[in-house]
Amino acid sequence: MKTVFCDVAVIGSGPGGLASAIAAKQNGAKELLLIERDREPGGILLQCIHNGFGVEIFKQDLPGPAYAQHFIREAQQAGVSMLLDTMVLEISKDKRIIASSKTNGMLAIQAKAVILAMGCRERTRAQVRLPGSRPAGVYTAGTAQRWVNVEGFMPGKKFVILGSGDIGMIMARRLTFEGAKVERVLEIMPYLSGLMRNYVQCLQDFDIPLQMQHTIKRIIGNERVEAVETVAVDDHWSEIPGSEETIECDTLLLSVGLIPENELSQQVGIQLDPLTAGPFVDNHFQTSVEGFFAAGNVVHVYDLVDWVTSAGLQAGESAARYASGKLCCDEKEIPVRHGQNVHHVIPHFLDINSLKDGEKQLQMRVTKPLEQPVKVQVLDGTELIASRTLPYARPGEMVTIGLKEKHMEQIKNATQLVVQVIEKEGSK
Amino acid sequence: MNTQNDLKPDQIICVACPKGCRLNIQQDGDQVLVTNEGCKRGVEYARREILDPRRMVATTVRISGGIHPLLPVYTAEPFPKARIMDLLALLRKTQVQSPIQEGQSILQDALGTGIAVLASRDM
Repeated sequence: MKTVFCDVAVIGSGPGGLASAIAAKQNGAKELLLIERDREPGGILLQCIHNGFGVEIFKQDLPGPAYAQHFIREAQQAGVSMLLDTMVLEISKDKRIIASSKTNGMLAIQAKAVILAMGCRERTRAQVRLPGSRPAGVYTAGTAQRWVNVEGFMPGKKFVILGSGDIGMIMARRLTFEGAKVERVLEIMPYLSGLMRNYVQCLQDFDIPLQMQHTIKRIIGNERVEAVETVAVDDHWSEIPGSEETIECDTLLLSVGLIPENELSQQVGIQLDPLTAGPFVDNHFQTSVEGFFAAGNVVHVYDLVDWVTSAGLQAGESAARYASGKLCCDEKEIPVRHGQNVHHVIPHFLDINSLKDGEKQLQMRVTKPLEQPVKVQVLDGTELIASRTLPYARPGEMVTIGLKEKHMEQIKNATQLVVQVIEKEGSK
Repeated sequence: MNTQNDLKPDQIICVACPKGCRLNIQQDGDQVLVTNEGCKRGVEYARREILDPRRMVATTVRISGGIHPLLPVYTAEPFPKARIMDLLALLRKTQVQSPIQEGQSILQDALGTGIAVLASRDM
């Protein structure tokens, strides 16, 4: 088997991988390999043909493929070498990657640093345990998106969509555009799990009914989906007897959440956070195994691609510094923990000295929605370190707070930082 | 926000930012009175939404000689909402030939609106 040597190897060429590759190259990684299993770079952005990308970074409202194109071009200009149509099968702790492709056969890659940018996968029927028969016609929303937008065929004519995630709502509009009927969107939670603008522009615009606190009791049909039986649920997800309704349809799409894709990370022995299903990372996006970095949705699921790009740029810079021996690994790092109403916070560890190089963002998801002014607070046990007021906080939208150089003195002796999102006193 | 289905007929949800305020609308000819807005952008949004609603439209056209059978395209600016289905019908009949550059015009002036339809990527 042929062995290729490189400074930095990046696995996955979605927005996280592309940004990492560009930043690693710009920060001195001479030999860099970007490995992609698809025939072309860009990742899932290529099938997200709707607008709404790049508002933060470019101040422009671009479709997904145009956003990807920008970074593909930049990577090519930076001299990033790409191995396309190449599947990574194995990675070991000593940063040896085994990959296979139609053109190169089996290939070994020996890297000095590895960036994991495999993105995330959709939850499937099995993961939400939907009862009923097992006919054809039950797909994840993203699979249907690939078929409709890239490969050019329609998976059905009459749809029910389970979950009010963004991909589900966007697919409801897309299928309507292509002549299908979307009968219903069901959401088990009492609140929307995607963005409000997608509710307005994808469902409301086309009179597609959305039912909150409803789920699927049973899928009906043998060869093909014939109908679904829906049911209302209470606040504890218990079915409310008598609320059942049968909706005829030939296809059920699932938009019920995304899970970071970390099979390769586990092979290496990288520790994963059970709350995010992604690796524990510090603010350099280094994982628990030295020299392995992780960027984008492989770490935790973002709401905006712009933040994935920023994370990729940071991971790429760190990996290039590591490959050239300039990233120290014995810096003092303190754990960052999730407090009240915070589901998880990234990074898990903060390198205090790195605050000298500029502000570091802590990114979090809240557990429950708060529809009144909230305070995002960072505490070191008892003392308040930083605080920020926001008009509201919802699980569907990432919340951030920055730590700056001025906070260094205060936290240098802290044993941990705790982040919480609480109601602002006196507001209602 | 418990459910969106309880919107009153004279209410719209503002999408100028992610907050999603419910705006109360009173219309009298060209005059639109907006109340319950969270900020100035809401008033602006509601006026446009009532008098001339527009949306960005993204879809695909057939392409021959490309890596895929479809080329994603989008309107260069928000397109009149009432004519979206007509635009889609027109684009469904459109066929292009590879190579295409990102940003290239697929339609110069869609349905006489003066709005161009652009390729979303190279193919």
